[in-house]
Amino acid sequence: MMASSYSAKEEDGHHPGSAGLGDTAIRTRKPDNTAFKQQRLPAWQPILTAGTVLPAFFVIGLIFIPIGIGLYVTSNNIKEFEIDYTGTDMSSPCFNCSINHSWNNTTPCKCVLPFSLDQPFESNVFMYYGLSNFYQNHRRYVKSRDDSQLNGDEGSLKEPSKECEPYHTSEKKPIAPCGAIANSMFNDTLELYFIDPNGTRNQIPLTKKGIAWWTDKHVKFRNPGSNNPNLTAVFQDTAKPINWGKPVYELDTDLENNGFINEDFIVWMRTAALPTFRKLYRIIQKKNSMTPTLPRGNYTLEVTYIHFLNHLYSDYPVRSFDGRKRVILSTISWMGGKNPFLGIAYITVGLICFFLGVVLLFIHHKYGNRNNSSDIPN
Amino acid sequence: MPWTDPLTLIRHGWARHKDTEGPIRRVVSNLPFEDLKERDQPNRKYEGNGIKSNKYRLWSFIPMNLFEQFHRMANLYFMGLAILNFVPMVNAFQPEVALIPICIILALTAVKDGWEDFRRYQADQQLNNMPCFIFSRKQMCFVVRRWKDVRVGDFVRVLSNQIIPADILLLHTSDPNGVCHMETANLDGETSLNQRKVLPGFSTLGEPFQPQTFDSTVVCENPNNNLNLFKGYLERPDKRRTGFGIDSLLLRGCMVRNTDETAGIVVYAGHETKSMLNNSGPRCKRSKIERKMNTDVLFCVVLLFFMCLIAALGHTIWLETFDSEPPYIVPDSNGNYTPSVLAGFYMFLTMIILLQIMIPVSLYVSIELVKMGQIYFITQDVELYDEELDTRVQCRSLNITEDLGQIQYVFSDKTGTLTQNKMVFRRCTIMGTEYSHAENAARLAVLNGENEEEEVTIYQQTKLPPLFPPDELQDTQDKNHTNPQVTAANLRRSKAAAGAQGDMAFSSPLETVVVPDWKLKLEVYHQTGPYLDFFLSLAICNTVVVSKATSQRQRVTGRRNSSYSSSSFSSMREWFRKRSVRKVFTSMKFSKRRDEKLSDPFVIDDDDPDIQHIPRVSDTTEDHPYFISRKVTSNKEKHSPGDSEEVCYEAHSPDENALIHAAKAYGFTMVERTPHHVTVKLPNEVLMKFEVLEVLPFDSTRRRMSIIVRHPDTNEIIMYTKGADSAIMERLRDVFSDMSKQDKQIGVKTQKDLDMYAEDGLRTLCFAKKVISEEEYRAWSDIRQEALSSIDEKEERLMDSANCIENNFSLLGATGIEDRLQENVPDSIQALRRAGMQVWILTGDKPETAINIAYSCKLLDNEDLVVTFTTMKKSVCKMRLEDTLGEARRSARTNPQFRGHNTTFTGSSVEPSIGLVIDGSTLSMAMSDELVDQFVELCKHCRAVLCCRVTPLQKSDVVKLIRHKLRVMTLAIGDGANDVNMIQAADVGIGVSGQEGMQAVMACDFAITRFKHLQRLLLVHGHWCYSRLANMVIYFFYKNVAYVNLLFWYQFFCGFSATAMIDYWLMIFFNLLFTSAPPIMFGIMDKEVSDSTLLSHPELYRRGQHTETYSGSDIGIFSFGTPMNTISLFTIILHLAIEIKSWTVVHWLTMIGSVVMYFIVTLAYSAVCISCNPPSDPYWIMHKQMADPMFYLVCILTTVAALLPRYTFHVLKGTLAPSSHLRARQLERLPPSYRERRTREGRGLGDTCASS
Repeated sequence: MMASSYSAKEEDGHHPGSAGLGDTAIRTRKPDNTAFKQQRLPAWQPILTAGTVLPAFFVIGLIFIPIGIGLYVTSNNIKEFEIDYTGTDMSSPCFNCSINHSWNNTTPCKCVLPFSLDQPFESNVFMYYGLSNFYQNHRRYVKSRDDSQLNGDEGSLKEPSKECEPYHTSEKKPIAPCGAIANSMFNDTLELYFIDPNGTRNQIPLTKKGIAWWTDKHVKFRNPGSNNPNLTAVFQDTAKPINWGKPVYELDTDLENNGFINEDFIVWMRTAALPTFRKLYRIIQKKNSMTPTLPRGNYTLEVTYIHFLNHLYSDYPVRSFDGRKRVILSTISWMGGKNPFLGIAYITVGLICFFLGVVLLFIHHKYGNRNNSSDIPN
Repeated sequence: MPWTDPLTLIRHGWARHKDTEGPIRRVVSNLPFEDLKERDQPNRKYEGNGIKSNKYRLWSFIPMNLFEQFHRMANLYFMGLAILNFVPMVNAFQPEVALIPICIILALTAVKDGWEDFRRYQADQQLNNMPCFIFSRKQMCFVVRRWKDVRVGDFVRVLSNQIIPADILLLHTSDPNGVCHMETANLDGETSLNQRKVLPGFSTLGEPFQPQTFDSTVVCENPNNNLNLFKGYLERPDKRRTGFGIDSLLLRGCMVRNTDETAGIVVYAGHETKSMLNNSGPRCKRSKIERKMNTDVLFCVVLLFFMCLIAALGHTIWLETFDSEPPYIVPDSNGNYTPSVLAGFYMFLTMIILLQIMIPVSLYVSIELVKMGQIYFITQDVELYDEELDTRVQCRSLNITEDLGQIQYVFSDKTGTLTQNKMVFRRCTIMGTEYSHAENAARLAVLNGENEEEEVTIYQQTKLPPLFPPDELQDTQDKNHTNPQVTAANLRRSKAAAGAQGDMAFSSPLETVVVPDWKLKLEVYHQTGPYLDFFLSLAICNTVVVSKATSQRQRVTGRRNSSYSSSSFSSMREWFRKRSVRKVFTSMKFSKRRDEKLSDPFVIDDDDPDIQHIPRVSDTTEDHPYFISRKVTSNKEKHSPGDSEEVCYEAHSPDENALIHAAKAYGFTMVERTPHHVTVKLPNEVLMKFEVLEVLPFDSTRRRMSIIVRHPDTNEIIMYTKGADSAIMERLRDVFSDMSKQDKQIGVKTQKDLDMYAEDGLRTLCFAKKVISEEEYRAWSDIRQEALSSIDEKEERLMDSANCIENNFSLLGATGIEDRLQENVPDSIQALRRAGMQVWILTGDKPETAINIAYSCKLLDNEDLVVTFTTMKKSVCKMRLEDTLGEARRSARTNPQFRGHNTTFTGSSVEPSIGLVIDGSTLSMAMSDELVDQFVELCKHCRAVLCCRVTPLQKSDVVKLIRHKLRVMTLAIGDGANDVNMIQAADVGIGVSGQEGMQAVMACDFAITRFKHLQRLLLVHGHWCYSRLANMVIYFFYKNVAYVNLLFWYQFFCGFSATAMIDYWLMIFFNLLFTSAPPIMFGIMDKEVSDSTLLSHPELYRRGQHTETYSGSDIGIFSFGTPMNTISLFTIILHLAIEIKSWTVVHWLTMIGSVVMYFIVTLAYSAVCISCNPPSDPYWIMHKQMADPMFYLVCILTTVAALLPRYTFHVLKGTLAPSSHLRARQLERLPPSYRERRTREGRGLGDTCASS
């Protein structure tokens, strides 16, 4: 019973230390009774059963199928034409060039491939070159570049990064641009001619600007020497990549498209993710709304090979690794190039969802309300 | 100290080396050497009192912490990989970048360690700088110094309510009886007081303490961690020796109470004090999931190995396909191409680096975080909060929360765990006559009848202070005395008041007040001899300390209000909690037992009367009758007779408390106890002062205690003994010689009553008396003194001497004490069993009592077949085992319908109806090698197993046996020191902080206050923690493997050249930032089924027992899409979304936050990084992507396609074969009234949901 009178005794202040503090509220250790601490936050608890998710499946199906159809139709409206010019066949016009062109004379080897378009290409046409079996994504290949050099850094220009090895110096001079990627740059020249019905060859004008990302051309890639127009002087102490026929400052005559900011170069430097890839080569601008960009008819593709130095084969070498070279002409839409897969995939997934929805409806109808479930083991 | 820095170790080693010169420590006074240099100090080789428990110093923090961290395998692994990355041949990433994740993890851990260490340092500093009084020879008085200045050999003065700075040999106290009281709450949480007495011979009582005259040498044993044992002697210059023991030692960390001033010489200081030596680091248990997880990590390693092997082979083959080197194969820096086989080998190493995140390095960190969160929520649970004790559930073990959800076997102590351990005097038998105390029983029944709700409301009322002033309470009680027909409401009030005031020393009025049996009262008034003796033995044969109300008040105010002492007190307490004083920490109260049985400290039986902790008076040489008599008379003058009610008893065992209050109810009030005297007030207000000649303390072997006193009137030497019936009955006066027929009859009758008591579930105690002649006493006294002063085999000799005198008793009578069941125990046990747990009771009590309790807590059913095993012969034991086992097998086989019963929902577990009762000696036979297998099998067939009369060691053996033989998860719950072994042996140990001190709590993993809390702790928190953690671990593996798979499959498209198509920074962020928070949140907060449902359907618990949630992984349905971080992020996060069972605000925030963070970080990163991280330099990639509608289309499609199978799987499973949990969740949706009806009708979940 003494124990029961503590609080009363405590307050009578006999103990000197307790004076003045006697009436402090006694703090308990009782936990707060809040929703968070007691794990009683209002919660949404979805239960995944046929009945509850049925609508979701139908909704997904109903959304996906139209999207897929839309994508498929869009993709089908895109016109695409592809021509392989590797020249592995004896019959191929490029066979000679790719096999036994003699480099003794300095004239570059040329081959001419005729082709015809069944349908006119109405809007702007994008011209791609495609390589297959070319592993631009090889780890050491991907690494073999120096982004600061390409960004115009003077120091890196004089002393390229170690990552570029063994393509970072040539004849005691730093290579610009260094590295294996730059060294293996695609260098076939492609030209397109329209054959009039009357037989005249009209060269189709190809735009070579605007093929690279704007940010790459204006931010990521920059020539060294802070806008010095004389690129020859800027690059004077550097060597050209070993395989290149000409130095980097002679890639183009246009100052806006020369040196590191050459768009062909920039496009090449953005390494492809898969071994079979296409890269944008030129754009054929639509001239006016009356005539199609590429009317129906016969065309020829002229491929000019440039000497790929230090290599057994003469042209841009793909035969050593069973590669193929292609030229692709394509119109584009909002969804980019022709890609029927995505549309089909959407339709398929949509259909599956729809189908599952039906199955679930059936299941829900049959099993969802059943009365006897005691036979179900836990 | 789990760890000390090498320097300290060396220092310690050196010091220890020097110490080993002898097994003893000699301490002389420092005073004569006060001004000498350090090397001339006689006690210089002993450690100072400053403590240092921080591991690191400022300058050594980084190297030492790193050294420690690299003891972990995972860290070594990742560090090895990072170093491997520096080899140019094989590097996968920029080497510096590859160091980042491991550095982040190391740094995080280091910060955590550093912070903890700093906290330790601060706590140490606070302790070291606490003030204390040290005697200075120069100033000839005590001066204020700091704790760390205390050295061995110093004289220290401790005032009342101050904390003792070191282990001090008590030389002086202001108390006239030469004693001082010490509260050990800081050490073991016990609030009862321990008495310590002054070492005789140096300081005379009543005179000022003069340390400068101290010229003796203190010789004692070397420091050890035994809190209950201390031996040594004081050697005077003339070679006279005075022995002393633990009862003269003030322990560091304890608090002096009731004594104005004490002083003594420091014998152990700092880390060598007993309390410091008892500190062990926090408990480290590994949970089952964690163990299983490690094998899964190993599986990941194997998987990783195969992935790398595939890549290496693939790379070699790929290289072989080329006749000449294509331009995209880059030669090494010298222009040479690596041979393809060698390149393949390099590739193997590179792939390991690339795919390293397969081994989830963040998993361990995340699990720790998740467990912290889980523990936070457990401790916050208001349902597990105990209003009376103001205690929350304590989680002392930090890493086994999820084990709570997997328990299969529960081993429970009986006393104090299932029962309240609040002993109530129920009936007694004196000289063969039984007094049933019917009124008292009626009163208790009324108290029992109240329901909880009322209690709660009443409790809240009592928070208003003036409702129960002491006087009013007194009135209530007085009424109780006079009129047994007190209204129930009144009683409830008094109970509530008692509850509101806490648990002080078993003195709540409800339990202690005894309504006297009128028949017996009549007898007492006639004052016939045996009755007088019976109540006298009730009143004095114990260790109860009488404390005055004033001293109690001091105690409370000292703690709550005195600002200085309360702050230091709390800091001390905090400090000790951090260190978790544990080890073999039987508290002080078992001091005597341990004295006797040092080798086996746990052979203690709590269910027998706890008669211990007698202030030892044996080696006292001087008596001070003057003081005592004066005090008593003054008491008498001051107070009217009614005032004697103010006496407060502080008993160490509830039995004693019940008995002494029973004696008081009949007018035998013990008013004072000193080491030398006991004063009892008789019903006729006469004070009788007994001179105490000897106290033979309780121990578990003798199972009795005795007190030898000199009767003040007759001058006879009388020994009063109380003990277990077996311990008394066999030592009665010889039946055949001089025992009269009447005596014999008394014995038989008493035995009959005892049997009846046991059947009623009462705890029985016998009381006996023996008159000793002067000569006999003197002869025995010599033996006793010799035993006391011996150092070798002291325990055995003391016991022998006790046995020597304790015989030829004449029986006085016996008492029956009721230990009532705690509230809701039957329900809780029922729930645990429905949850598939086997409940065992391990008790030291008699089989009859145990069976009775088992019936009342519904562990046994009336229809159950109870098989009792009590035999002394092994062959009999074997035979019975075989018989019973055969029968059990048969019944399990032939009763398939019984098997089906009650299992419509719960699965196919057999519910046999056999109850097995086995006693300690039979148990040890059954657990011998040849019978153990049969025994275990029989146990499997039993519905309930009761082990009676088992020793603490046997308790832990049983737990270990079941745990290892059946490979099950075990839980042990207990409240006393005798349960410590069991608690530590089980996978999960639960301590009930109740009446028996804190030893169990100190040893346990989780501490609760009521048995009923176990139900919620297991069924709700255990289940939650388990399913959360299991899901999180699975998810973690899924996340990492899915991500690694992205990288791996890409290798088929890049010539197995170990290209990572994802920027490395983003990969790091992916694991550290974008996908780390949701799973952690998932692990802490997801809630599949609400607590109320879990409680009402304990069957849901079964999932964890068979580790259903975490069995294998569900990886592999992940369909592989475009290798893009975004998609994998969406997929991974949305996958979690499928798994999340309940969405709260926090869930939404984390999930959306993660996605938003991903986009922000990626956009920012790709906007800034032009050439910062070659070769990937993700400049503007993300922006370009996000401007392209195709990006979104692809993202959506891939995510949907990837998740569709899983989602459908869930849906189909949910519809066709819903798990019990799903049904429970469906049940929660139903309107509550409907739900309740269903639950009440006792239907399984299956029916309920099916018809909804």
